Amino acid sequence: MAMTKEKDKLKVEMLDLFYGANHALKKINIKIPANNIIAFIGPSGCGKSSLLKCLNRMNDLVSNAVITGLVTLDNNDIYDKKQDVTQLRRKVGMVFQKPNPFPKSIFDNVAYGIRISGEKNKQKITDIVEDSLKRVGLWKEVENRLFDSALALSGGQAQRLCIARTIATQPEVILMDEPTSALDPISTQVIEELILELKESYTVVIVTHNMQQAARISDITSFFYLGEIIEVNPTHKLFTTPENKLTEKYVTGRFG
Amino acid sequence: MVEIQKKRIPWNLIKDKLFLSIILVLSFLILVPVIWILGYIFYEGFSYVNWSLLIGDERNGGILNAIVGSLIMVIVATLFAVPVGVLAGIFLSENKQSRFAEIIRVLVDVLQGVPSIVIGIIAYVWIVLPLKSFSAFSGALALSIIMLPVIIKNTEESLKLIPGLLKEAAYSIGAPYHKVIIDIVLPACLSGILTGILVAIARVFGETAPLLFTAFGNPDLQFSLFKPMEALPPLIYKYASSPDTDMIHKAWAASLILAVIVLILNISTRLVIKKLKR
Repeated sequence: MAMTKEKDKLKVEMLDLFYGANHALKKINIKIPANNIIAFIGPSGCGKSSLLKCLNRMNDLVSNAVITGLVTLDNNDIYDKKQDVTQLRRKVGMVFQKPNPFPKSIFDNVAYGIRISGEKNKQKITDIVEDSLKRVGLWKEVENRLFDSALALSGGQAQRLCIARTIATQPEVILMDEPTSALDPISTQVIEELILELKESYTVVIVTHNMQQAARISDITSFFYLGEIIEVNPTHKLFTTPENKLTEKYVTGRFG
Repeated sequence: MVEIQKKRIPWNLIKDKLFLSIILVLSFLILVPVIWILGYIFYEGFSYVNWSLLIGDERNGGILNAIVGSLIMVIVATLFAVPVGVLAGIFLSENKQSRFAEIIRVLVDVLQGVPSIVIGIIAYVWIVLPLKSFSAFSGALALSIIMLPVIIKNTEESLKLIPGLLKEAAYSIGAPYHKVIIDIVLPACLSGILTGILVAIARVFGETAPLLFTAFGNPDLQFSLFKPMEALPPLIYKYASSPDTDMIHKAWAASLILAVIVLILNISTRLVIKKLKR
């Protein structure tokens, strides 16, 4: 595969993460190439979401989290003392498991991130909002009620709004923490198609419990177990000819 | 096993009904003193409320000096207490585990338990003695200290209700801490914070004790913060304990006016909150 020749957007080297006495991630090494979709799979509590949160430093918000090791974005250490965390998060956006729109209007939800990044030109903001909503396929559904509260949207619509909010700030990487686990199959399909489109412009890291989903949309899959990465391989290979026995057991559903 | 449970169902229904009726009766009982008190004040005071009472100060047989004094001191006290109280509440809810926050939390509880007359004496020692004069400013300060714990507690509790998801969302698109608090957290719990402020205002509107050694009282209409000032509760206290029936009537009228001011404040804040929630 040409994978190795592509530029590595994110690199994690020898990362350990502790929540208090709990050793949540052990000696993690992974390279995430640009414009790929990489899926993290594995049983609950194995550290997938924790690693995701290391990539945009959301773990900074957890008071007893301690991280050692190296995480780089375009070869810059994101845990460097000089790193501005807010700048980092504008480059590495995140979509959460539960749709979490702000209690503001639909328009303001998407516009908020653009405004706080310093953009003042109203026309520009309006254009970006429209463009973001179009890209997530929500524009037709909400164009007549842009200034109604976002809290009235359905689960699938709200999650697409949250994705629009993330892409409106024009990040380079999008982290997704089980973005479809709270959604119905139709909304899930819409969002999966959207993720495939996002690959053109972004690097996507997605945590999922749905192995079919990982197989359908990702280029690379990484299998986690008990805080360790057991195997990273191109998705097709990992699901058909896994290198590790544990991976094989997990992807064939014989895990117990 | 299933048979035994089935036999108990009729009993449960009766208990349910009983429980519900007890709740209903007791909630209804709450209305009785409220309506009784308001009705009685209205009955005793309404016929003595007239223009000369509302537009004249005490020297001219009115109570305007007390109405204006109460409003000025409560407004100044609110201006002192709201920023400090809301910011302290934010600090406490944002730093749930820190030792410093724990100490503040205990001290706020202690402050809430301090009798209001003691706070009045403190304001007397701090401000009245150094300035060598009773003043509206010292009264307002005493009132603001009484308001603080109420505002802090309410702000903290309503901020705790904000789901962590919402803050995470704001952080995840690169919002700095102050923006997360100001743009996302505060608007989401504005109604809770406003309710706390309202409760605090309503409470100090009726305070007499902390004003006795501070604002002291003044029969003239007074706007200066550094002169003695009259307020409604001390005036009611003074008039109601007078042997003169005319004064007692005025005390009832003043009570009615005080109740109406608090009621208007209460209802209008509720309307604002309702509007904000939509």
